[in-house]
Amino acid sequence: MSGKPQHPLDKYLITKRLPHIWCPGCGIGVALAAILRAVDRRIREGSLKFEDLVMVTGIGCTARAAMYMAFDSAHTIHGRAIAFASGVKLANPRLEVLVLGGDGDIAGIGGNHLLHAARRNMDMTVFMITNMVYAMTGGQVAPTTPTGMYTTTTPRGNPETPVNVIKLVAYQGANYVARASTTHPMLIERFTYKALGKEGFRFIEIISPCPEIFGRHIGFRGPIELYEELKRKSRFKPSPSLEESDLDWENGWVLGEFVDREEPGYLRRIGRV
Amino acid sequence: MSRFEYIPANIAIAEGAMAAGLDFFAGYPITPASDLFEYLAEKLPERGGVVVQFEDEIGSINAVVGAAWAGAKAMTATSGPGFSLMVEGLGLAIMTETPLVLVDVMRAGPSTGVPTKTTQADVFQVRFAAHGEYSIPVLAPWSAQEGFDLTVKAFSIANALRTPVILLTDAALAHTWERVEVRSRGEVCVRDRKPPAKPPGEFKPYEPDEDLVPRMAYFGEGYGVLVESLAHDYEGFYAPNTEEYARLVRRLVDKIERNAGMIVESATYMVGDAEYLIYAYGSTARSAYAVVKELRREGVKVGLFRPKALWPFDAEGLREVASRCRKVFVVENNLGKMVREVERVLKNKEVIPINIIDLEVPPPEAIEDEVRRWL
Repeated sequence: MSGKPQHPLDKYLITKRLPHIWCPGCGIGVALAAILRAVDRRIREGSLKFEDLVMVTGIGCTARAAMYMAFDSAHTIHGRAIAFASGVKLANPRLEVLVLGGDGDIAGIGGNHLLHAARRNMDMTVFMITNMVYAMTGGQVAPTTPTGMYTTTTPRGNPETPVNVIKLVAYQGANYVARASTTHPMLIERFTYKALGKEGFRFIEIISPCPEIFGRHIGFRGPIELYEELKRKSRFKPSPSLEESDLDWENGWVLGEFVDREEPGYLRRIGRV
Repeated sequence: MSRFEYIPANIAIAEGAMAAGLDFFAGYPITPASDLFEYLAEKLPERGGVVVQFEDEIGSINAVVGAAWAGAKAMTATSGPGFSLMVEGLGLAIMTETPLVLVDVMRAGPSTGVPTKTTQADVFQVRFAAHGEYSIPVLAPWSAQEGFDLTVKAFSIANALRTPVILLTDAALAHTWERVEVRSRGEVCVRDRKPPAKPPGEFKPYEPDEDLVPRMAYFGEGYGVLVESLAHDYEGFYAPNTEEYARLVRRLVDKIERNAGMIVESATYMVGDAEYLIYAYGSTARSAYAVVKELRREGVKVGLFRPKALWPFDAEGLREVASRCRKVFVVENNLGKMVREVERVLKNKEVIPINIIDLEVPPPEAIEDEVRRWL
């Protein structure tokens, strides 16, 4: 690294492991950078300590993020990051636990843990990168895949309705529920910064392009085309209602903070704050 | 201060865990392990620990693994159907070398089976159910007292070898009430986990000492540890090449097998002059012991070999005792499991399986009838 200019976020990364595995045009790096900028702001202002950070991930493209973190992290198994993270937080309430995962990891195989962690208002921040496909395994249908879309395991079109995770998590009692997009990185950073200042269950969905496995498969020849399409579909609203939270490929989706409340987190409820 | 209490094995195990320093328990209700969970839910928070019921056994075991990395002495308890769900998380614990104790109270299967009744059919499940190469210590008490004692030992092994440890009991033993000496935290000997010997930056979370066991840094201590489920090198970096992979899995197996002296323990009864030997473990060994005493009264020279650790298999101990015997009976409440290991270890010996399926415990009379046919 000597002689080269250092990136301001390098202190959060194991730079010797770079370059990362993500494809050109992938949104995960954009999302991660925005999350780390918010973390960095918290650390610089003294409301968060570097050694208290723990990132927990499961399996998938997004989950690989844990491998590059210079702070404590765990790259665990498919769908179980939230359960693992719950154990971490319960055993040491001082820690600030971040869970990152793809839509399949968090809302598919991990859906049950998501539901119950939200219901408990378990103290952690969960970031779900929604790219509408199982990318690492080569383009299979995800719980967020739009109805009718062709994937390698729905060659006649997806007959299912995509999950609205915003509603799911909000109805269970999570303290904070927001949707951002890598087409609007400032929102990711702003929502993350806010989430880190709260207790209880905090959930941020991040719409993100997968140009290789999702975009190309549905006719977008390059990353920029897919990015532009997602940007067209994303609309920010200051205080959106849950009724506006559907992930609708035809009519687009709303970005914003759907829930922001101050209910006691799980640790407070069991007297461990 | 130690005290004597009249309690069932499930409660003795819970007491043993608390004596060994338990501070985190996550579980999911399942017969016949629920009362162990309920007892801890009552008692552990008073001692500063955390007990949480998760949404399923998958959540429970993963939370236990996470808690261990945050520094907790952590445990869960379940039975066959729940163990099946925990196998995935157990594999994670094996791969990431996470110290924890998993109590498996066997009940009759397959599937839902007979939830309230006993079996010994899962002695291979606990040893081999996870995919990939590994070895895992499995302890099998035969009494409530041993439930307490071996739970303490299970934590000691988990800490010292940075490994998950299984404590295997069964539905009959779980609710066998006995007088148990319950010792307190200061009265039991538990090895601790080895802390890092190098500063952050130089410390590698999977670099073994001479005993093949890596030291452990917890989350929040500034070491920047990476818990990695992928095959990894000493730093925890993914290493998909034969050399690193072979080094990792050989060590995962060897650290258990070469430290077997810390785990393996067997009891023998009246084997000094024995011509016949009965091999039995857990609740079935209680009946086998009654048979030994009964036959001895008639002058039959028979003894009992009872492993307290099923895995690693006490080959040396068994060979030594069996070398003086003509025949070895292997009594199990299943259709023949550990007998395969006994046959493998005692190659030129006459080994006779006595497989009695009994939803209670194989009664001494049934075992005795079988043994008499071969005398």
